[in-house]
Amino acid sequence: MDLSAINPIILIAALISAATPILLAATGELVAERAGVLNLGVEGMMITGAVSGFIISVNTGSPAIGFAMAAVGGATLSLLFAFLTQVALANQVASGLALTLFGLGISSLLGQNYVGIKPPRMPDVDFGPISDIPVLGQIMFSHDPIVYVGLFIVAGVWTTLKFTRAGLILRAVGENHDAAHALGYKVKRIRTLAIMFGGACAGMGGAYISLIRVPQWTEGMTAGVGWIALALVVFASWKPWRVLLGAYLFGGITQLQLNLQGAGIAIPVEYLAMSPYIVTIVVLVILSADKSRAPGSLGRIFHASQ
Amino acid sequence: MPLDGANTYGEVHMKFTKLMTGAALALGLATAAVAEDKTKVGFVFVGPVGDGGWTYEHNKGRLAVEESFGDKVETVFVESVAEGPDSERVMTEMALNGADLIFTTSFGYMDPTINVAAKFPNVKFEHATGYKQADNVSVYSARFYEGRAIQGHIAGKMTKSNIIGYIASFPIPEVIRGINSAYIHAKKVNPDVEFKIIWAYTWFDPAKEADAAKVLIEQGADVVLQHTDSTAPQAAAQDAGNVITFGQASDMGQYGPLPRVSSIIDDWAPYYIARTQAVMDGTWTSTSTWDGIGAGMVGIGEISDAVPADVKAEALALKASLADGSYHAFTGPLNKADGSAWLAAGETANDGDLAGMGFYVEGITAEIPK
Repeated sequence: MDLSAINPIILIAALISAATPILLAATGELVAERAGVLNLGVEGMMITGAVSGFIISVNTGSPAIGFAMAAVGGATLSLLFAFLTQVALANQVASGLALTLFGLGISSLLGQNYVGIKPPRMPDVDFGPISDIPVLGQIMFSHDPIVYVGLFIVAGVWTTLKFTRAGLILRAVGENHDAAHALGYKVKRIRTLAIMFGGACAGMGGAYISLIRVPQWTEGMTAGVGWIALALVVFASWKPWRVLLGAYLFGGITQLQLNLQGAGIAIPVEYLAMSPYIVTIVVLVILSADKSRAPGSLGRIFHASQ
Repeated sequence: MPLDGANTYGEVHMKFTKLMTGAALALGLATAAVAEDKTKVGFVFVGPVGDGGWTYEHNKGRLAVEESFGDKVETVFVESVAEGPDSERVMTEMALNGADLIFTTSFGYMDPTINVAAKFPNVKFEHATGYKQADNVSVYSARFYEGRAIQGHIAGKMTKSNIIGYIASFPIPEVIRGINSAYIHAKKVNPDVEFKIIWAYTWFDPAKEADAAKVLIEQGADVVLQHTDSTAPQAAAQDAGNVITFGQASDMGQYGPLPRVSSIIDDWAPYYIARTQAVMDGTWTSTSTWDGIGAGMVGIGEISDAVPADVKAEALALKASLADGSYHAFTGPLNKADGSAWLAAGETANDGDLAGMGFYVEGITAEIPK
């Protein structure tokens, strides 16, 4: 065993980057669920974002445009879900699963000619002298822009939900759509916007995998991250900062267990491999011992006449 | 009376089941009748056909079957099938839909294949990389460890940090064999070499494979070997620079000449064509096939110019000796990691030992997950 091979600074910097796809997808899903919509299509929207971001980046040479189009791609796919559940009043669980299957299929179709291509690289943000601060500079100020966009989105979602009128309305729609409707709020319109926001975030999360973390296009490359994001929202009891904590815990322990394996530590590998799931769930379950619960109208279909 | 009620229910239930079985049979027969002139071959894949590695090569084998037999054959495949109960459903579905021959192409399909095969005695099954045979189940695999020997040789010669990273998938004999073979041949040319092994517990998860590769590189590895199916570790190595890798299962030539300096290529096409032919001729019997470089089932991809000429020549000589059988990748003296003797000087490992290999050879300090 050689623990000196593990550099804690690189480890923390790596976990921030590793957690970003889950963080983005989970934050988007959180907004949708706070509006009362259970969208199980996160995985499908992520992979669609991954492929559309990749294609656009390769063709334009600009990762930034790629990320923007990944958000558009994810949001576009989520419109299908919005149509099914808000207009056609279809079951949300079934529609979400269908969206995942559809997303996986259409992404492998779109990506057929992009296997084995190297995407343009997104440079890290240049913070100038700040990034030379020992330890802190390397951990906090050595990342690509999307890491900061992710943090900004979490902060923005928290502020909006907690302090603004728009956030209050969104939560009202999620808690009791009949009451919100009676007050004159456009339940379907608000939910559609929340679904699209979720799709855009998931799309960017997917593009983070295909453009920065891996970086290449491979079919099915999100490999279940969307499902982890979904679970994270529940275990974080629909609170943005807990989603951040959960994503970092999950990403961090995943990185740590790989490092420990590389260093040849004597803990059986099976325990290391399952540790990210267990630790994240345990910590978030303990945290959610307070009164927080799911939005009242989560997963229920709204029809104005009822 | 409750008993009567139970009886009635039982009868009704039985009738219903019979009816359903009848319907299923009729459906099955109907499809069988339609497909009679065509041999239907099914493939169950563990990853997507576009993974660029393991499944990609199996799918190439499937396409070769189609090309070889044209109208006489119909192939079907299902990709990204999870190992375990899911795969059993997929195989059952294929068999019900009139498949004559089904290839199940991952180790974890072993028990499901045996289970489904017992239910469909007239359908032939072929399971890759496993060891359980039945009257209608053949097993086939390739001696990938021969390719690993060549990788180990090149890795041992080329590493400067003397640390070789290895991304392993699951602790099964095939993977352990590969680690041992690579280690033995790296050690032979470089006594200071050390292996760092990370178990990813997946065959295909590009993000995780990339993470594992990055961790290994951060911990000083300048050679990364992989036994997972995606090209993500290649991309991670390319990003890091000064790291060499080897294509796994497929050539992964798009990452040459650096980081990818060579590769193990699985060539399933001749086997798939031969087995399909056997089904058509009615000569199919349950067999166990384990071919290596000599028979062409394991190919060694072009060794790139990043490898010094003398190392390349040695690697090619090693390949030739493995191919003609004059050298065996597991030749004694070799001890197990626990220090006990395994092979005496000059003795070679028998296939039984190799097929069930559950130990590291002496020198690898890590433990194998149980």
